Amino acid sequence: MNALAFARRLLSPRGWIAFGVLAIIGVVLIPTLNSAVSPESALGVSDRVITLLGKFVCYATAALALDLIWGFAGMLSLGHGVFFALGGYAMGMYLMLGIRGQGVYRSNLPDFMVFLDWKELPWFWHGFDNFAFAAFAVMWVPGLLAYAFGYFAFRSRIRGVYFSIITQALTYALMLLFFRNDTGLGGNNGLTDFKQLYGYPLALASTKRALYVASVVVLLFSFLLCRAIVTSKAGRVLRAVRDAESRVMFLGYDPRSYKLFAWTFSAVLCGIAGALYVPQVGIINPSELQPANSIEMAIWAAVGGRGTLFGAALGAFVVNGAKSWFTVALPELWLYVLGALFITVTLFMPDGIVGAVQRLVEKRTRAAAPAPAPGGAAS
Amino acid sequence: MTLSAPTNSLEDESSGDRLTAEPPTVPLKPSTPAPRSRRSRLVSQERLDVLTKGRKAVLCVDSVSVSFDGFKALNALTLILDAGELRCIIGPNGAGKTTLMDVITGKTRPDEGNVYLVGHGHDLVGQSESEIAALGICRKFQRPTVFQGHSVFENLELALAGKRSVWQALFHGLTKADRETIDEVLQTIGLKDARERRAGELSHGQKQWLEIGMLLAQKPRVLLVDEPIAGMTHAETERTAELLVSLAGERTVVVVEHDMAFVRHIAKKVTVLHEGSVLAEGTLDEVQANARVIEVYLGADHANG
Repeated sequence: MNALAFARRLLSPRGWIAFGVLAIIGVVLIPTLNSAVSPESALGVSDRVITLLGKFVCYATAALALDLIWGFAGMLSLGHGVFFALGGYAMGMYLMLGIRGQGVYRSNLPDFMVFLDWKELPWFWHGFDNFAFAAFAVMWVPGLLAYAFGYFAFRSRIRGVYFSIITQALTYALMLLFFRNDTGLGGNNGLTDFKQLYGYPLALASTKRALYVASVVVLLFSFLLCRAIVTSKAGRVLRAVRDAESRVMFLGYDPRSYKLFAWTFSAVLCGIAGALYVPQVGIINPSELQPANSIEMAIWAAVGGRGTLFGAALGAFVVNGAKSWFTVALPELWLYVLGALFITVTLFMPDGIVGAVQRLVEKRTRAAAPAPAPGGAAS
Repeated sequence: MTLSAPTNSLEDESSGDRLTAEPPTVPLKPSTPAPRSRRSRLVSQERLDVLTKGRKAVLCVDSVSVSFDGFKALNALTLILDAGELRCIIGPNGAGKTTLMDVITGKTRPDEGNVYLVGHGHDLVGQSESEIAALGICRKFQRPTVFQGHSVFENLELALAGKRSVWQALFHGLTKADRETIDEVLQTIGLKDARERRAGELSHGQKQWLEIGMLLAQKPRVLLVDEPIAGMTHAETERTAELLVSLAGERTVVVVEHDMAFVRHIAKKVTVLHEGSVLAEGTLDEVQANARVIEVYLGADHANG
C-alpha cells in the first residue's frame, strides 16, 4: 500500500485538515502564546494553564486508549487507571533517583526509604536511574501486566460486565498493594518532590512547555496509530468480535488473540500517558489507582462519544475542563455536575458529543438534499 | 487398521485404483473401535472403499449413533454425499436432521460411528468445529448471523479464506485476487448493488444470501444449509432456490428443509430421515412413491394439502 492510500485510509481529506489545524494549535500556537505573549494580556497562556493543558492531554491519551478497547472491541475496562499509574510510577522512580542526595536527609536513597530505615535500593529500583531503561519500563510494565491479565481473562472467556468487574478489582488490589510501605514505592505518599528530568529542571517554564508539547505529540501520534488499527482488517475483526464473537470464531478467527493485542496495546498507550502526566503534576501516589479514577476514564469516553477515538479525547478535555472550572468556582457542586453530566449523556446523547453532532449534521444534510450522501463516520 | 482386516489390503491401497479393486473382505463395522479419548483417528481406508465403491463421494457418515438421555437422535445412520450434488434432507420433527448436521460440523460428538471426508486422512469425529470448518465443511444456520455493523463488502472480506492472524490482519491489505473473489461472490448472491450498505439494513432474505456468500468466500467443499427459506417472501424463496442450484456442481450442497414445494423445486436427490436413520433415498418421485415414506411422513403432508 502506498503512502497516499494509507493516509486516505486513516482519515478523510477533511479529517486531515482538522487534524492539521488541531496539531498546529496544540504544538505551535499555544506554546508560542505561552512563551512570547505576556500572561497578563488577553491572549497570554500562563505556565499554570500550560501544565493544566498538559495534564488534560495525558488524560485524553488515556481516554483514547480506553476507547480503542471499549468502543471497538466491546471490552469496558474499569481498571485502566492501573496502566496509567504503572507508567506513572515507572517515570516517578526515574525522577526519584534523579534527586538522590538532594532530599531532606541528603541520602543516596529516596527520602521515604531513609525514613523506613532501609540501607539500600530494593532490587526493582535498579536501572531506573537510566532514562532509557525507565522509558522502556513505562511501556513494558503495563504491557506485561495487561498481557498476563488479558491472557487468562480471555482464555476463560470472561466478557461483558464480568470483565469490567474484575478490571475494577484489579485496580483496587493494586491500590492496596501500593499503599503499603513495604512495597517500596513510597506507600501512602507515593513518589514526589521531583526536581529534574533528563537534566532539565522541572520548575523551569521551558521544561513545562516541552513536556506539554511532548504530551500533545504523543496524543496526536497515538490517535493516528489507533486510527491505523481500527481502519485495518484487524479493526474490522475487533468490531466483529464486539458484535458477534461466536460468529467470528466460526469464521476461523481466534478472537482471543485479537482482543489480547488491542488490550495490551491500549495498556501500553495508557502507560505512556501516565509517564508524561507524572512530571507535570509532580506526584504519583496510590490515589491514582482508586477505582473511581478508572471509572472517570470511562466517563470521558462516554461523554465524548465512544467508538470514535476523537470523541474520547474530546470527552477528556470537556469533563476535565469542567472539573477544573467548577472545583475552583463552585467546589461543592462539582460532584453533582459530574453526576448530572453522566445522566444527561446516558439519556439524551447515547453516542456522546460526537454522536450528537453527527446526527445533527446528518439531519441538516438530509433536509438540504433528499439524496443522502455516503458519509465517513469518523473524520 | 483393524486386526481382522486381511493383510493384502495394504497392497490394494498401493495399487492406487481403489474404485475398481475387489472389495476387500472386511467386517461392516470396525471390530475394535478406536478409543474415544484419542483426538484424531486415522480413517480406515478399507471401510471408506466399501462405502464409496463406484461413486464419487466427498463425505461419508458411517453408522453414526447419538443419544440424548436415552433418546436415540441418530440410530446407526449412514449417509454418503457425492461430489457436486445438491442433496435435500427431509423428515418429520425429531427425525435427527439437525443432529446430523451437528455431528458433521463437530458440534455434537456421536456415541458411535465415524465421519469421513474423502482425501482427508482423519476421522472428523473428535475434531473441533473450527478445524472442521477449516477443512471446508461450512454450515449455514437457520437464523441469519451476519455482522450487522459492517458493510456487505466487509462481511465478505472477513469471511474470505486464508489470513487469520492478528499480524496479517494489521499489515496486509486485500490483494487483487481477493477483491475479484469478493466481487464474484457478490455477483453470485445478487448483492452487487448493496456492496457498501450496512448488513444490518438488509432485508431478511438478503441477509440469508449474504451469509451464504460468506460461506462461499471460505471456498467450502461441502455446504450445509439449515432451513434456508424460513421466513422468506415468495420472491426471495425463488431467488434462494436459484442460488442453491447454481452453487451445486462446484461444491456439494446439503439442504435441510421442511417446505416440500421448495424441495421439489431444487432437489435431484432426497434423503428421508425417520427416527434417526435413513428411511429412503432417491429422487423426490421415487421417495414419494415409497410406501413406508408415505406412511410416516408424506401421508401427513398430503393430508395438509
